Amino acid sequence: MSELNEIMNPIKENICLPEFLVYERPDTLTEQEFHYCPGCGHSTVHKLLMEVVSEMGIVGDTIGVAPVGCSVFAYHYLGVDMQQAAHGRACAVATGIKRVMPEKIVFTYQGDGDLAAIGTAETVHAANRGENLLVIFINNGIYGMTSGQMAPTSLEGMVTTTSPYGRDVLTQGYPLKISELLAHLPGVYYVTRQAVNTAGNVRKTKKALQRGLEYQKKNLGFCLVEVVSNCPSNLKMTPLESNEFVANQMIPFYPLGDIKVPEVK
Amino acid sequence: MAKVQGEVIIDLEKCKGCELCIIACPEETLAIANIINKKGYRYAIKAQDNCTGCANCALVCPDAVITVYRKVEKAPKQAV
Repeated sequence: MSELNEIMNPIKENICLPEFLVYERPDTLTEQEFHYCPGCGHSTVHKLLMEVVSEMGIVGDTIGVAPVGCSVFAYHYLGVDMQQAAHGRACAVATGIKRVMPEKIVFTYQGDGDLAAIGTAETVHAANRGENLLVIFINNGIYGMTSGQMAPTSLEGMVTTTSPYGRDVLTQGYPLKISELLAHLPGVYYVTRQAVNTAGNVRKTKKALQRGLEYQKKNLGFCLVEVVSNCPSNLKMTPLESNEFVANQMIPFYPLGDIKVPEVK
Repeated sequence: MAKVQGEVIIDLEKCKGCELCIIACPEETLAIANIINKKGYRYAIKAQDNCTGCANCALVCPDAVITVYRKVEKAPKQAV
């Protein structure tokens, strides 16, 4: 505890006891501080993923594949075995890991530039082969790491550094709905879209991640959890404004909920 | 009625002052400080002592710096 914490956080000894603990930082997250901007959805998803891994007790059996993008340093924060993949090739690398070690739980963590732009082919074919992977797809509709260029998932009319007059669908195409695209493939087992802009949505995202990892434990097929996220720095907004943008602009276009759920036998 | 007491402990040096916890709090317990931490951010602090330990702030905190405690004291049963 630093000096500031000692002065500002007087500890109430009758409440701050282990038996009354409701929430603490998951022990599977490393001590390293996140490099993400204030309010970024990436860190929330990192935290949720590690909570689920910790609660399921699969820390030693989980292997993650980190992408290129803002979350390129995911292996610094996630306290599980990680492998870095070339830009967009996370699903291909994960396929290799899973085929060599089928008893392990393998997930990839990718942004929209990695999964929906340069890595579309790898993602679609891994899904079509029905590989036993959990793909966590962070959709913030913009390229974060390279400072706010237009992504395939940018909304129609959205102003970015490479579409200064707004995205024009006649020249730049329509926003890509990866989840709906993959849900049609027969090899895909579970597809859902969630968000992390409110406490309620965070709870639902955690449940979706838990479901995805449960299915991976049983090797049931390709699972995709898309998380609609914010990017305060590149949307040129405060974290609160960017969450309002997610609620008012992005969620109407990318509706939340389960897109493909397995049939209960 | 059962009496609920909550307590939040925020790691102030790691807080980035995104204010998401302040909006998420239904009791308006949290507020943003006027001074900055070592990172240069105005951090979130507990402004009122009415926390119920719902853990909404900790759930939305991107940097996982909030720890939440909740103590429920059951009221003794009264004779009818």
